[in-house]
Amino acid sequence: MGDAEIIPIGTRGRPGRGSGNARPSSAARNLAGGGTPPKRPAEPESSSTPPRTAAPPTRAAPPKQAGAPAPTPTTVAPTTTRERAPLAGITVGEWLGAFQFAAKELFGEQWEPQLARFLAFLRRRVTGDYPIDEYGFDAEMTERFLMTALRPIAEKWFRIEVNGADNIPAEGGALVVSNHSGTLPMDALMTLVTVHDHTGRHLRPLGADLVFRMPMVSSLARKSGATLACGEDAERMLAGGELVGVWPEGFKGIGKPYAERYKLQRFGRGGFVSAALRTGVPIIPLSVVGAEEIFPLVGNVPSLARLLGVPYIPITPFFPLFGPLGLVPLPSKWLLEFGEPIRTDEFDEGAADDPMLVFNVTDQVRETIQQTLYALLMQRDSVFKGSRSEPELPQ
Amino acid sequence: MSTAGKVVLVTGVSRDLGRRCARALAATPGVDRVIGVDVVPPPGDIGDVSFVRADIRNPVIAKVIAKEDVDTVVHMSVIATPGSAGGRHTMKELNVIGTMQLLAAAQQAPGLRHLVVKSTSTVYGASNRDPAMFTEEMEPRRAPRSGYAKDAAEVEGYVRGFSRRRPEVRVTVLRCANVIGPQVQSPITSYFRLPVVPTVFGFDPRLQFLHQDDLLGVLQHAALDGPSGVFNVAGDGVLMLSQAIRRLQRPSVTLPGFAVGSLGSVLRQARLADFSPEQLSFLTYGRGIDTTRMRTELGFEPRWTTAEAFEDFSRSLTPTGGYATRMIDTASRLVDPVTIEHTEAGQGARRG
Repeated sequence: MGDAEIIPIGTRGRPGRGSGNARPSSAARNLAGGGTPPKRPAEPESSSTPPRTAAPPTRAAPPKQAGAPAPTPTTVAPTTTRERAPLAGITVGEWLGAFQFAAKELFGEQWEPQLARFLAFLRRRVTGDYPIDEYGFDAEMTERFLMTALRPIAEKWFRIEVNGADNIPAEGGALVVSNHSGTLPMDALMTLVTVHDHTGRHLRPLGADLVFRMPMVSSLARKSGATLACGEDAERMLAGGELVGVWPEGFKGIGKPYAERYKLQRFGRGGFVSAALRTGVPIIPLSVVGAEEIFPLVGNVPSLARLLGVPYIPITPFFPLFGPLGLVPLPSKWLLEFGEPIRTDEFDEGAADDPMLVFNVTDQVRETIQQTLYALLMQRDSVFKGSRSEPELPQ
Repeated sequence: MSTAGKVVLVTGVSRDLGRRCARALAATPGVDRVIGVDVVPPPGDIGDVSFVRADIRNPVIAKVIAKEDVDTVVHMSVIATPGSAGGRHTMKELNVIGTMQLLAAAQQAPGLRHLVVKSTSTVYGASNRDPAMFTEEMEPRRAPRSGYAKDAAEVEGYVRGFSRRRPEVRVTVLRCANVIGPQVQSPITSYFRLPVVPTVFGFDPRLQFLHQDDLLGVLQHAALDGPSGVFNVAGDGVLMLSQAIRRLQRPSVTLPGFAVGSLGSVLRQARLADFSPEQLSFLTYGRGIDTTRMRTELGFEPRWTTAEAFEDFSRSLTPTGGYATRMIDTASRLVDPVTIEHTEAGQGARRG
């Protein structure tokens, strides 16, 4: 037993078949060295063992431990079961260095004030010390999260092109009236981010009461500046000098079948016109092309919709079929055109109570949007093709 | 009407706010005498207020008004929860029948000049179809069917009837937002006093508060020379529920609406919290009331904003959470010295 040949298992990290021979087989040598004898490169390396253990400081701490068994490779078993605590042996200085490096990566060279600002922001959010207006609008959250999340979708996915953004007044109340389409109110979200990026103003959307009944959607809507689409709120916001957005087609527009795309539905009862007339703010017609194609609505389940209390259950070529994947909007190319403002301050005092006048102005707005839609459709060569022609820089 | 020598009758003085209001009125110049009325004696000190033990639900109250030659009645005994009264039935008796009797007695009193009713913004209800801010002309979108909101709506109905029948009496109705303060016991304060605050999943209601001092202030103001009419009374600004809970530094637990409702009734039965059923819709949809008229016509300016009133209330509570805040504070202290140095250097550079 004593003179039995000890055959170590494994190759101790060298190429070979694990036969225990100091010299690997020729096949292994061929594989490893590419034809050159392994002795040559091995010799200078073994002579320079100390520098090799000293070299790792360029990397982080773990090599220190890995380097420790290197000088006596033959006496240690080729594999070790000793626990290597991943964090042991990292000094405080190295931690701080890593932290500084990470902070620099994240916040750039001026990382200290940036980080302090970030912490202050975090503290404000955690302690609830941020302002909201009487509608529940949280400007900070909208700018930091909602806009940041929506901007890439607007710019990269839908490649939104904007015409006539200078028709939006820089200050004072104004009412943006838009067509509504796309099964899910994606066009409203995209209009929010577009208006903010082009004018620096927040568009305050008016939403249906369904929006404020749905969990999550309701609190998100209030925080991003929406309020209920009713005469009182519209007048209050417009009188307060806000830029208000309204989609008067409502569910009739957003949930219309794909075959009826770009055909404007009835514009509600013209409540938005009376609100604008009462407050004397301009109406800015907005035509959105591209939103119709994101979820082509080909069917509806009215009975289920009635059961759930929602206006429609959409069936698109992809939606129930591919599950949640069907909720990814098709990447259509979008065109937004803000039309000439329609002034309402030239009418007399009681204009808002004259139904005929209200109907006429409503029709005028509706016709403007419809004609612009046709013009934009002529201008568009393909539903999906087209990049952002020139990067209009937000100021 | 002689200005020197107002005789004020205050109902509902056995409760804390009623007692405070009576005392504040008694200390007001221009008020001769204050008579406090309730079925049980007030537990605390009532100062110069003379207490008359009478039930406003029976005609005795008419005799009190006639005998004492009352010219101003401040009606404060519309209660929000059964609480000590013992059951919804008694609560409704007190609120509705009590108001009817009081108004019937007041109609018979020839010397009466002024009626002040402390109502509540709960009469507007809370639903997803509510406008952002209710003005005094607006009706609730859904008529209240039960509880405090229905009582308050009926009380206001009787008050409107009274003002039609006695047009020469000034009737001031104050629709106050949720009264809050360190000593206030109400459904909303007991809700915030829970160690873990339950919230309704997916909803973040807007809340408005009125500080207890401002409530006393507005009642005093209205009792002295309040004009006729209905007025919303609330502190400036709104708070979101999530924001309020974060300011309290209390942990919250998000539950579906029905679970919050049933938790509320369990808490009420266990007498842990005075949780009222109408509160569920309020905690789901919230409510905002417009206070323009309070400033322009009533001429009252609250001293506390909603946020300040809430802060004053939160000072009386010990935070049960707030670990995240402490962590951030520690982190800020580690970063801050450097920052201060930097910003000072930056400012110096800009100045120079």
